Amino acid sequence: MFHALIMAAEDPSKVNPVVPHPAEIILGLVAFLLLLFVVKKFVSPRFEALYAERTAKIEGGIEKAEQAQAEAQRTLEQYKEQLAEARAEAARIRDDARAEGLQIIEELREQAQAESARIVAQGQHQLDAQRAQIVAELRADLGRTAVELASKVVGESLEDEARRRGTVDRFLNELDAVAAPASK
Amino acid sequence: MTKLLASGGEFVAPGVKDFFLPPIFGSVTKPMVLLVLSIVIIGAFFIAATRNMKLIPGKFQFAAESVYDFGRNNIAREQIGAKDFKPFIPLILTIFTFVLVNNLFGLIPVIQFPTMSHIGFPLAVSLLVVYPVYHFVGFKRHGFVGYLKHQTIPPGAPWFVLPLLIPIEFFQKFILNPLTLAIRVFAAMFAGHLLLLVFTLAGEFLLLNGGLTVIVAPVSFAFAIALTFLEALIMCLQAYIFALLSASYIGMALAEEH
Repeated sequence: MFHALIMAAEDPSKVNPVVPHPAEIILGLVAFLLLLFVVKKFVSPRFEALYAERTAKIEGGIEKAEQAQAEAQRTLEQYKEQLAEARAEAARIRDDARAEGLQIIEELREQAQAESARIVAQGQHQLDAQRAQIVAELRADLGRTAVELASKVVGESLEDEARRRGTVDRFLNELDAVAAPASK
Repeated sequence: MTKLLASGGEFVAPGVKDFFLPPIFGSVTKPMVLLVLSIVIIGAFFIAATRNMKLIPGKFQFAAESVYDFGRNNIAREQIGAKDFKPFIPLILTIFTFVLVNNLFGLIPVIQFPTMSHIGFPLAVSLLVVYPVYHFVGFKRHGFVGYLKHQTIPPGAPWFVLPLLIPIEFFQKFILNPLTLAIRVFAAMFAGHLLLLVFTLAGEFLLLNGGLTVIVAPVSFAFAIALTFLEALIMCLQAYIFALLSASYIGMALAEEH
C-alpha cells in the first residue's frame, strides 16, 4: 500500500485524498505533541498562575471591603446606641426639669398666698387699731363737745332767733373743725 | 457550448491534483512546512504573551488571554465540567489553536493552503491523541468493565433494545468518533479550498482566454471573495467543533452518568 502511495505521489491526479499519508500522520503527531508540550509546560501554568493570583487579589479586595463594611456597620450601631442614650437622657432631664418647675411654681404660689394673707391680716390689724383709736378719740370729743354745747345752750338766751342760729352754726363749725382732722 | 464561449485553450477544472503539489525539496511538501510553521507561530505567540504577565493585561496579553479563556472556559469547562477540566486545558487549547491556524493558512495570501485538507494531519490528532486520551481517562475512572458498560449502555434504555444498542454505541464510541472527528475538518477544508480554486481559476481563465466572456470574469472573482468570507467562518467553526467534540468525548468518558 505504501508503495502504491509513493507511486501515486509521483502522479498527482491518481492520489486518493481520503487515504492518509503515513509521513503526514507522523509529522502531524510529532508537531502536535511538540506544541502540546510547549503549551503544557510553559503556557498553561503561566496563565493558571496569573488567574490564581488575580482571583486571590480580587478575593482579598472583597474580603477587605467586607471588613470595612462590617466596621462601618459596627460604628453605625454604636452611634445609634449613643444617640438613643442621649435622647433618653434628654427626655429624662426634660421631665425632671418640668417636675421641678411645677414644684417651684407650687412653692412660690404657697409663699405668695402666705405673704398676701400676712399682708391682709396686718392691714386688718392696723385698721382695727386705728378704728379703735378713732372711736375712743371721737367718744371723748363728743362728750366734751356735748357738755360744751349744753352749757352754751343753757348759758345763753334762746329768745333771739338770730343769735340762736349763730350759736348752732358756731357749734357745727367747731364740730366740723374737730371732725376734719379725724377723717383724714 | 464551451467552444463558443472560450475561444482560447481548454479550461481545466481544479481537482485532487491541486492538493498534492510536487515536494519543495526532497520529500518535504508544502503542507509539512506549513504545519511546522503553525506550531512555531502558536508557540511563539503564547510564549511571548505569557513571558511577562501582568494582573492588569495589556493589549497583547489580553488577546492571548481571550484565546486561552475561550479554550479553557467555553470549551473545556463547558464540556468536561468544572471538577475535572483543569488537566485537559492544555490539550483542548492546543487542539483549538493548532487546527485554527492550520485552517486559516487557507486564507493567508501567498500561503493559501489549508493544511487540514490533507487528512493525515487531523487524523494524527484525532486518532492518535484524542482517541487514546479519552479512552484512557475513561478506563482509569471507571475500571475496564465499568467503562465499557458506561460507554455502551445508556442509562434508562429498556433491556430489549440493548442487543441493538450496545453494538451501535460501541461502534460509535470506539471506531467512528475519531474518524468522523478527522474527516469532518478534512472534508470541510478540502471542499472549501476546492470551491475557492474553482471560482478563482475560472475567473482567471475567463479573463485571459475568453473573448466576450471577460465581462463574466468579475462575477467569478466576486464569488471567490464572498466564498473567502464564508471559508473564514467555516475555518474558525471547524477548529471550534474539533476542540469542542474532543472535550465532549473526554467529558462523556469522565461523566458519572450520561
